[in-house]
Amino acid sequence: MSDFKSGYPEYMQESLKKVSETRSSRFGKEFTPMTAEQRIQILEKFHPDWKPQMKRGLKIGPSKGMLIPHEVADIIESHSMIKHDEIDLTKIDYDLDVLIIGGGGAGLSAGILAKESGIPADKILLVQKLRLGDANSKMAQGGIQAADTSIDNPAIHYLDVIGGGHYANKPDLVEALVKDAPDVIKWHESLGVMYDKNPDGTMLEIAGGGTSRNRMHSCKDYTGLELTRVVLDEFINKEIGYTEFTSAVELLMDDKEQVAGAVLYDLETKEYHIARSKSTILATGGFGRLHIQGFATTNHYGATGDGIVMAYRTGAILRDLDSTQYHPTGAAFPEQIVGQLATEKLRGRGAQPVNKYGELFVYHLEPRDIESSSYIRECYERDNGIVTPTGMKAVWLDTPMIEKVNGSGTIEREFAAMFRNFNRWGIDIRKEPMLVFPTLHYQNGGVEINANTETNIAGLLCAGEVCGGVHGKNRLMGNSQLEIYVFGRRAGRAAAKRASKTNLGELNLNHVKRYDKWLEEAGIITERKSPIILPEYRGEKTLSHQLKIM
Amino acid sequence: MSKNNNDFVTIYVMGKKQKVPADLTIMKAMEYAGHQFIRGSGCRGGFCGACATVYRMRGSYKLQGALACQKQVEEGMIIAQIPFSPSEKITYKLNEIKANANTFLEYFPEIARCLSCNTCTKACPQDIMVMDYVQAALRGDIKLAAKLSFDCLGCGLCAMRCPAEIVPYNIGQLARRLESKYIEGPTEQVLSRCEEIKEGKYDKEIESLKNADKETLIKLYNSREMKNE
Repeated sequence: MSDFKSGYPEYMQESLKKVSETRSSRFGKEFTPMTAEQRIQILEKFHPDWKPQMKRGLKIGPSKGMLIPHEVADIIESHSMIKHDEIDLTKIDYDLDVLIIGGGGAGLSAGILAKESGIPADKILLVQKLRLGDANSKMAQGGIQAADTSIDNPAIHYLDVIGGGHYANKPDLVEALVKDAPDVIKWHESLGVMYDKNPDGTMLEIAGGGTSRNRMHSCKDYTGLELTRVVLDEFINKEIGYTEFTSAVELLMDDKEQVAGAVLYDLETKEYHIARSKSTILATGGFGRLHIQGFATTNHYGATGDGIVMAYRTGAILRDLDSTQYHPTGAAFPEQIVGQLATEKLRGRGAQPVNKYGELFVYHLEPRDIESSSYIRECYERDNGIVTPTGMKAVWLDTPMIEKVNGSGTIEREFAAMFRNFNRWGIDIRKEPMLVFPTLHYQNGGVEINANTETNIAGLLCAGEVCGGVHGKNRLMGNSQLEIYVFGRRAGRAAAKRASKTNLGELNLNHVKRYDKWLEEAGIITERKSPIILPEYRGEKTLSHQLKIM
Repeated sequence: MSKNNNDFVTIYVMGKKQKVPADLTIMKAMEYAGHQFIRGSGCRGGFCGACATVYRMRGSYKLQGALACQKQVEEGMIIAQIPFSPSEKITYKLNEIKANANTFLEYFPEIARCLSCNTCTKACPQDIMVMDYVQAALRGDIKLAAKLSFDCLGCGLCAMRCPAEIVPYNIGQLARRLESKYIEGPTEQVLSRCEEIKEGKYDKEIESLKNADKETLIKLYNSREMKNE
């Protein structure tokens, strides 16, 4: 140990020493979980969602009045980047049965299922504004839930989901989620996903925040990477059409009031293309790159909320967008990785959150909104956080405890990504804890769908993070990897079925014209245009965002 | 590492001299210098491999590889991004492939050209033993090829550097799918739970939860048994 070099600055060493000294006395100990009343109190006082000044009521459209974060309202209350009369709708570049917008897990699985439901590969097109498969789907680390052990079942999973979501979830969607879950795992295994197993061949399953059983299936801490790359490989094997670095910028309607495809924009040639389609699936993911309330984010470069904007212009109903998920454990140090995800699986395997004195202050597996709120309280009300060199406050996540609980070698075996990504910056998480603070993680709400992924607008289907209703006001760990495959597959089937019995009328962009009128009538005078497609980080904007915590 | 002018360093973005804050990653440094990525930026967290980058330090012959989101800039770094690596992804039907000693040679005959030069391994930003898994595939050792290649992000740097023109990440992908599907096989508990659900075993219980009012759900949720061992 003499050549051991701490990854942290000198001024943190005293606190680090306390964490190390208290480790043995914390071994096997758990902080008492909060009561229902305590949970409500801490949310109201500390969760970023509960600060009314950070939101405003939508002034236009079918979900008028819904309180949503200013950053989201800004992209919704914006003009289209196209003028409705400047696009030639008579020249059809792609004439399709199924158009899929977004190339993460939901979009890819929708494509595979559309093909398997009988749609020819050349009548399907997936458009992706970045590389195929580059999406939040790939970044998931911890796992995917499915109730498949002898002490568990889908009804228990249902109760965990709806309680974690504060009873605001749409029951039909929760039912679909929990009942399809084992079948999704079966499908993955049939495609060749390498899930982690116990020596006896059963699934290795761990706990997640707010789950009453161990039902998290994982692939080390590269779960999303493994699932996405296998499904992507299968998508390509099926020779389904796709185009990359091309973004949908507006949906198309026809004279029967159906969604009938999209206007596409090639980001490299800057040309517009028209895709006419009998079914259109939005699988565009969430809005983390809008940096709600100035929070750093775990999200992918492309997570700019494009889908909710395009859907809303056609008149689709939104729900639960008042609630945003802040993941408790975003990296807070070093500066280069601030905001990046430190998987919940770390806590699932025994890592404890502790304050600057090395003391436990919260049960380590509360649902995410509760857990996050308690870190904010520890740092800002109790002032028991550690201040980073850039002025952030943070708590320790005591990762060396994982090896104390599960034996040495556990971290390298089960947390290859975390071990590697922190090692790159000189921190050995087997020997030293991480510094963490809540980070913007997930769009809980979105476009309202039914269990067949249909929206209130004919021809428009949605799957994945762009949707609302599955998770209510708070998503549990492992349910987004599940959601994208449950509803991606359902969307592929439903889109194929619809395409076989749909005739399209004449294309138009009247809804874009109507939207401008809504803006005008609401007195919204703005130069803003959306979807924004890519976030703006040029120049000083790439530097750290200032948090408005208290 | 030398720094000049209050923690700024000079880097060369595709030859163009830029002064950037010393603590930035290559990705953020390029943005600071005015680039807006279309290609070359993905997850920004070391999980997707979209930002493969090659660089040399001034005065050094050595060509190095990195992920732009995972590597800090250094004084004198000469940077070029690899936004795309041209390679054909062979298509196959997994259900029809036989997982045996010759599978890889059949689908990727070029692996027989491997020179064992280890350039791929040196190029890997994930520190994967790339050459070892290519060699394992050549020997028909599916299990080892799957295991060694598991942390691959598919960034393409190994394929760009291979003098034998092998595309290692495609080989690793097939190895992992074969390992799971044919060597490990499906998991019994998953299959049997799927059957139970199909038979409607949990329908009644879920239906009653769906129809329960909020008060009842709260009571059930707050009194539910925790069995996390």
